[in-house]
Amino acid sequence: MTTGPDPSSQPAQVNRREFVLSVMSVAAASGAVNAAPAPAQARPAQAATGVPLTFVVNGRQHSLAVDPRTSTLDLLREQLALTGAKKGCDHGQCGACTVHIDGRRVVSCLTPALQLEGRRVDTIEGLQGPDGSLHPMQQAFIDHDALQCGYCTPGQIMAAIACVREGNAGSPERIKEYMSGNLCRCGAYNGIVAAIGQAAGQMEKA
Amino acid sequence: MREFTLIRARSAHDAVQAMTSHPEARLMAGGTTLYDLMKLGVERPPAIIDINGIKELGAFDTGGARELVFGSLARMSDVAADPRLVEDYPALSESLWRPASQQLRNMASLGGNVLQRTRCAYFRGGEPFACNKRVPGSGCAALDGVDRGHALLGTSPHCIATYPGDFAVALVAFDAVLDVLGPNGMRSIPVETLHRLPGERPDLETTLAPGEIITRIRVPVTTLGRASTYHKIRDRESYAFALSSAAVALSMKGGRVEQARIALGGVATKPWRARVAEQGLVGRELTIETALAAGFAAFMDARTGHHNGFRIELGARTVADALMIAAKRS
Repeated sequence: MTTGPDPSSQPAQVNRREFVLSVMSVAAASGAVNAAPAPAQARPAQAATGVPLTFVVNGRQHSLAVDPRTSTLDLLREQLALTGAKKGCDHGQCGACTVHIDGRRVVSCLTPALQLEGRRVDTIEGLQGPDGSLHPMQQAFIDHDALQCGYCTPGQIMAAIACVREGNAGSPERIKEYMSGNLCRCGAYNGIVAAIGQAAGQMEKA
Repeated sequence: MREFTLIRARSAHDAVQAMTSHPEARLMAGGTTLYDLMKLGVERPPAIIDINGIKELGAFDTGGARELVFGSLARMSDVAADPRLVEDYPALSESLWRPASQQLRNMASLGGNVLQRTRCAYFRGGEPFACNKRVPGSGCAALDGVDRGHALLGTSPHCIATYPGDFAVALVAFDAVLDVLGPNGMRSIPVETLHRLPGERPDLETTLAPGEIITRIRVPVTTLGRASTYHKIRDRESYAFALSSAAVALSMKGGRVEQARIALGGVATKPWRARVAEQGLVGRELTIETALAAGFAAFMDARTGHHNGFRIELGARTVADALMIAAKRS
């Protein structure tokens, strides 16, 4: 097994077609979790760095070394201090962590950060205009009382914007089907559907 | 989560080579099953082969005269919205948009979806629950547990876990084929032979050999496509796994059934083709009575547990409703 840098930085003529990025030793992290230490030979000898990643979040480029186990959600929240995306279930069942990657909505809790190389992430923090104006979807959620506690709201809004852009917001029935991956324990669903209907019209005009 | 070695494959051939040199490695596409199970400690691969960079596997073509061809890394949401599928193979399209949520469908690959692992709570729950699939020989907590969602067909005394996917059920109804690349080259197998019955080894889930990767899914072009549906019954109307489902396709002649395809989902340990039920319909008029008879015929071999008996009638009615929906499209 060999260790290599980020494949995207490899010259094209490299004929080693399998790029191996070693785990690097994340011994500090795992040692704290596992009471029984793993046998010494299980620890790769490399320096404690991680997988090098370069990606863009809300228009800003980041280059970091990341533990390959990290989720995109944890990366956003814990390393980039973008706490808009919420950790509800951490298993792709609630939608509170929804963000856009390359313009498509995904659940960031089930997106390993290692998949972010060269990609563009958009979160709720990037929605506001330069003058501080709200996105029409944000305003529509306020107009229609589409929240109560607000915990699911960033995920709802990011999913809703994608739902409109996909062309899946043409009727209340279609909105309900294509927003079913975002749960709201407060039960603000009627307001959410109304808000998306309003914003859909405004986004299409814009 | 355990540490793992990360390998990035740039071609299907790379992935096969990487699996050969790391026999315990897991392929990761969308990650929606694997990464989830790694968080739960159910999957503990020492190495992950990230195949998302394999461009050759991402394409799909539904315009062919003889077959529809889907790269195994095509994403569920993209294929579900394909106009040819929506129009000519509604069962395939529906089996790709009725699962999960749009977020997950944007992530999940077709190949990964077909290989999706069971949602059995005792499998996912880990210790202290016994699970022959997770720890071979440890027993099956579901047999004396809450088995409301567990399988009625294809079970064994060692495992009653339900195969949870939708797309593979529709693929089985349409006699789809998988192209598989391995250390000895390429081979093709019917999707119907991909999943194993649990038998005495529930941990062995597929007939893929070590080092093999699904590269393409091929569906023969058929005139049965148009009069088809994937009908899915759940505890809630959307974003849930099937309590029962049916992929159905029909061709009618003079008011009678000429050919019928019926496959069951959510009720069996693998995607389940119901051939006896199909044959019983041939040459008959399709009425709610003949449709229900076909539905019950599909469940003739069902074995119930403690809490799942209601799904025999539910499943039979799912088949019957699916047949009536498909007939309206013919």
